[in-house]
Amino acid sequence: MGLRRVAIVGAGMTKFMRRALETGRELSWQAASMALESCELTLDDVDGVVIGTGPDCFDGVHMKGEYLSDGCGAWQKPVMRGYVGGGTGVFSPIQGWYHVASGLFDVVLVVAEEKMSSCHPHPQGAFLTIFDNMLERPLEPNLIWIFALEMQRYMAAYGVSKRDIALVSVKNKRNALDHPCAQVAEDITVDDVLNSEVMVWPVNRLDVSPVSDGAAAVVLAAEHVAKRVTDKPVWIDGVGWHLDTAYWTNRDLYYPKYVEYAARMAYRMAGITEPRKQINVVEPYDPFSYKELHHLEGLLLCDKGEAPQLTADGVTQRNGDLPVCPSGGLMGVGNPIAASGLMKVSEIFWQLRGEAGKRQVPGKPTTGLAQAWGDLMQVGTVVVLRI
Amino acid sequence: MTADKEFPGTPLSDEDVSQGKVLITETDPNARYAWDAGIAIGRFLAELKKGRIVGRRCHRCRRTMVPPRMFCEQCFRPTDEWVYLADSGRVNTYSISYIRWDASRVEEPTIPAVIEIDGASKGMGIMHLLGGVKPEDVQMGMRVKAVWKPARQREGSILDIRYFRPY
Repeated sequence: MGLRRVAIVGAGMTKFMRRALETGRELSWQAASMALESCELTLDDVDGVVIGTGPDCFDGVHMKGEYLSDGCGAWQKPVMRGYVGGGTGVFSPIQGWYHVASGLFDVVLVVAEEKMSSCHPHPQGAFLTIFDNMLERPLEPNLIWIFALEMQRYMAAYGVSKRDIALVSVKNKRNALDHPCAQVAEDITVDDVLNSEVMVWPVNRLDVSPVSDGAAAVVLAAEHVAKRVTDKPVWIDGVGWHLDTAYWTNRDLYYPKYVEYAARMAYRMAGITEPRKQINVVEPYDPFSYKELHHLEGLLLCDKGEAPQLTADGVTQRNGDLPVCPSGGLMGVGNPIAASGLMKVSEIFWQLRGEAGKRQVPGKPTTGLAQAWGDLMQVGTVVVLRI
Repeated sequence: MTADKEFPGTPLSDEDVSQGKVLITETDPNARYAWDAGIAIGRFLAELKKGRIVGRRCHRCRRTMVPPRMFCEQCFRPTDEWVYLADSGRVNTYSISYIRWDASRVEEPTIPAVIEIDGASKGMGIMHLLGGVKPEDVQMGMRVKAVWKPARQREGSILDIRYFRPY
C-alpha cells in the first residue's frame, strides 16, 4: 500500500482512580511526559499529537480536546482529537499510525484521558445523553440496561450461565493485583460476583468495571526513528476499525459483527490468517465481564459461543495458551474510558518487550492484539502489534 | 519497566473531599434543549398519539423498518412507503433494572426489553418496558402487546405506550 512501518517506542500512564486530585490536563501531562521519558525523547522530537478523550459531559468542559491540549504536548503542534466512545483508546493510536504511515510525520505522541469523577452525582446521568433523544431517553434508560439486554441475548443464544461469565471478573481482578495502577484489583470468587448487588439483571455489581479518572500515552515513530531510539520497537502491523448501525434495537446483539470486521481488516494488513495460532497475547475490551467473551468471539480467537469454555478451561489465564487481559483489564485496572483502551495497547507493548514485570506472560510472546469497543454498542477498533 | 516504575496520580478519598482537604469548584449548567422530531419520527410520534405503530419500507432491500426512517442506511436511498404495523411483538431480549437512570436504587424493578414488532422485518425491534408481569415470569421470545395510555392523555410520545404486556 506504500505505507511506512510504524512502531510504538514508548508508553506511560497514570494510576487509575475513582477520583484523582489532578485535573484532566495534569493527568494528561503525567502520562505524556512518562511516555516521552521512557524512550528518551522530548517534545521537540514530536511532529504531531493525537488526543483521545470521551464525552465532554464527563469532564464538564466543552471542547475537551482543546482544554487538554497543553497537557498532551500539543503546544504549537499539529493536533487532532478523535472520539469513538469507548473505542477511542484503541482508535487514537490508529490515527497516530496513519499520520506516520502516510509519511506526514516521523514521531507522533498519542494521549488518552478521561476524568469521570467530575460528573455529579454520578456519571451514569451523563450516559443518559447517548441514547436516542426522541424514542429512548423518555424511558429514562441507564447505560447498564443495554449491556444487560446484550448479555441476556448472548447468554440465551448459547445457554451461557452467569457463573461462566463471573469467571472473567475473578480472573481479571486477580490479574490486576500485579498492576501498580489498578483501581479495583481483588482476589474474589465466583460466588462473590454472583452474590454482589444486582444492578440490572443479569448484571451484578462485580460484573461491571468502575468509573475512573486516568490517562495513558504512547509514542509512535517511523522505522528510521524507531530503530535509532530503541532496540525493542513494537510494530503496529495491523489496524482495523468498523461501525455498525446506531439502530441498536435492529441488530442481533448476540454477536459483535463490527468487531469481526475490524479484526479482519487488521488481520489482513498484518498477514494473520490463523488468529488463534498467530496471536500470543490479547487485551480485548472488558468494561463488563461478558464483553471479554463476546469480543474473543468477534476477534475470531474462538468459535461463536466457545469463549466461556476456554475461560473455564483456564486457557485465558496469564499462564494459559491464550492469555487474555493479563493487565487485569478494565474489570481490574479500571475504566477511564479513552485511557483504558490505550492502557490495553500499552500492556501489549510491555508484554511483547518482556517488561510487564509480575504480569509478564510466559513464552516470549511475539504477536499481540488490543481491542476496544464503544459508541452505542456499534464500533470496534483493533490493533495488532509485533516485536 | 512497569515493574520497577513509580506511576503518577494522586487518588482522593471521600474524606479528602467531604472534610475540605482539597478544594473544588462547582457549576450547574442547566442546559436545556428542544428537539424537532423531524420527518420520520415526527410521523411515528403522531401515529402513536392515534394508538398506532408505523414503520417505513424500502423497496430495494425490502425491509420494513421500525423506528421508521426517511432514508435506508443500507441502500442509501429514500425509503418508499409508510406501513402500519401491529401493536404487538415478541421479546428479543430483556433485563430487570434495580437502578434509575442516575444509578440510584429503586424498590420495584423495571423490565427494559427489546421488542420485535409484528409486521416489521425480522429482528426489527424497539426499546420499551414490560409490565403486567412478574420479572421472574418473563421469557425470551414471549409474545407481548402494547398497553396504551387513554387516547385523551396521549401526547405524541413513546410514553403513549405505557408498557408491553404478555398476551
